[in-house]
Amino acid sequence: MKMNRRQAFGFGAAAAAFAVTGFRVAPAVASTEDTDKAIMEFTGGKAPAAGKITLTAPEIAENGNTVPVSVSVESAMTGDEMVDSVIIYADGNPSPGVATFHFTEMSGAASATTRIRLSKTQNVVAVAKMKDGSFFMDKKQVKVTIGGCGG
Amino acid sequence: MKKTIMTTSVAAIALTILGASVLQADPINETLEIDGKEMITRAKAPDGHPFDEVLSGWLFREPTTRALEVDPFENPGMLAVEEGATIWNTVEGTAGKSCASCHGDAAESMKAAAAKFPKWDAASKRPVNIEMQINSCREKNMGAAPYEFDKGGQVPLTTYIRHQAIGTPMSVDLSQGEMQKWFDMGKEVYYTRTGQLNLSCANCHEALMGKMIRADHLSQGQINGFPTYRLKSGLTSLHNRFRGCISDTRGTPPKAFSDELMALEVYVTWRGTGLSIETPSVRQ
Amino acid sequence: MAESKPRVKVPKTAKAGEVITIKSLISHEMESGQRKDKDGKPIPRQIINKFTCEFNGKPVFSCDLDPAVSANPYIEFSAKVTEAGKFKFTWVDDNGSVYESENEITVN
Repeated sequence: MKMNRRQAFGFGAAAAAFAVTGFRVAPAVASTEDTDKAIMEFTGGKAPAAGKITLTAPEIAENGNTVPVSVSVESAMTGDEMVDSVIIYADGNPSPGVATFHFTEMSGAASATTRIRLSKTQNVVAVAKMKDGSFFMDKKQVKVTIGGCGG
Repeated sequence: MKKTIMTTSVAAIALTILGASVLQADPINETLEIDGKEMITRAKAPDGHPFDEVLSGWLFREPTTRALEVDPFENPGMLAVEEGATIWNTVEGTAGKSCASCHGDAAESMKAAAAKFPKWDAASKRPVNIEMQINSCREKNMGAAPYEFDKGGQVPLTTYIRHQAIGTPMSVDLSQGEMQKWFDMGKEVYYTRTGQLNLSCANCHEALMGKMIRADHLSQGQINGFPTYRLKSGLTSLHNRFRGCISDTRGTPPKAFSDELMALEVYVTWRGTGLSIETPSVRQ
Repeated sequence: MAESKPRVKVPKTAKAGEVITIKSLISHEMESGQRKDKDGKPIPRQIINKFTCEFNGKPVFSCDLDPAVSANPYIEFSAKVTEAGKFKFTWVDDNGSVYESENEITVN
C-alpha cells in the first residue's frame, strides 16, 4: 500500500477522531440484570424454557437506528395451544423494554416483525407467554456497527 | 529528529489501523427489483471514467438494508413520496396554482424529467437541479416563496418528482450551455482534499471503493438514489449528504446549491451515468 | 412534524380460513426521551405507544411499543380470515392523538 506522510497522518488522525466520536454517553444503560429482572416480572418468577420461539435478527446491523427483528412461536393458535403474548427486550439499551405483541385466535399465527433501535452491540431477547402459563425464550446477539464517517 | 520519530510513529499507527480494518469486501451480485421493475445497478462506465463499471450503492449494503428498498411498502422513504404527492396537488401562492395546475399528472409529466437533471438553465446561466427548478416555479409561476434548503416541502416534493423516474438511467447532457465548464469545476471539487482529515471524495469513493473503513463498506458514492432514506438520519437530500461528507472530513462545507456543490452534482451525476434512478433508496 | 399518516397493506381477497400477512407503517418521529436539543435540554418523549388491529369489531392483534421502536414504526403480523369484513387499525400517540385506518377484505 503506497501512502505518503500526509495521507498517513490523515488516516491516523481520522482513526483517532473516530475513536473519540464513536463513544456516546448513554445515560443509565440497562444491564443484563435489569433485563433478567424484567423477564422475571413478565413470567412471575418462572425461568423461561428454550424452544418453540424463534427470534430472527441480523447478526450485524449497519445502523442501530433501524434493526429489523421478527418473532415466531410454534402454536396451533386455538384452545390451550395458544400464545398469549411475546415480549422483546434489548439488554444494552437505556431501558430494556422494546415491544410486546398480543395475539388472539384470530391472529392465526403467533408471528410479528418490527424495527428497533439498539444503542450498541447487545442481546435481543424474546419471551413468549403461553395460555397454559408456560414461557419460552430465544436470544440473539446483534452487533451494531459504527460507520467510517461519524457513524 | 524528533519530528521524524513522530512522523514514523503516526504512520505506524495509521498503518496498523489500516491493516486491521481496511478489508476488501466485494459488492454483491444480485438483482434489485422494485415492484417487479428491474433496476440497473451495474452499468458500463462512460469514456474517461476511472472505473470500468459504475455500481449502485445498493450492492454495498447489508441484506437487511437491501431488503428495505425492495418492497415499496416497507421502504420508509415512500412516506415522503406520499407527502410529496399531496404537495404536488396543493395550491400555494398568489397565482392560485399547484404543481398539478401546469404539469398535470406527475406520473406522466415527470416520468423522464428527473433523469435529465441537473440541466443547463440559460436564464440564470447555471446548472439547476430539481430543488432549484421547484423554487423557480414557485417564485415565477405560483407566486409562492421559494423553499429554504431542506425546509418546507423541498425534500418530499423532490423525492416525489424523482420517484416518478424510478428505473430510468441517469444521464447528464454536457453539451448544453456551459455544462462542460461546470463539469470540469465539479471534477476539481471531487479531487480536492478538505478538512483536518485532508480527504477528498476520491480518497474514499475511488481509491478505497469496496474496502471497509471500520464497519463501513465504501461504495462509489453514487447519487442515483437521492433523496435517500438513511437508517441513521431518515430522509436525506443530496446536498445535505455532500455537506455531511465534507463536515466528516472536519472541513467547512460550502452552502447547499452553491457553485461548488452544483458543479459537484453535475460531475457526480456523470460518474453514475447509466444507473437507474432509485429514489427513494435505502442506505445505512 | 407533519401529521402522522398511517399506511396498511392488506390483501383485497383471501380464501376462507386463510392466514394472511398484514404490514403497517406510520410516519412518526418516535421521540425517545433520550435525546437533547441544541441547548442541552432533554427533548420530551413522544411516541406511538399502542397499535391495535380489529376485524369486524373483534381483537386480532395488538402491540405495546416502547421508545426502542424505530421512527416510522413498522409492524407486520398475521390474521386468520374466516369471513368477509373490515379491518380496523388504530395507533395511539403519547399526546393523546389517535390515528385510524380501515381496510375491507372479501372471501372467496
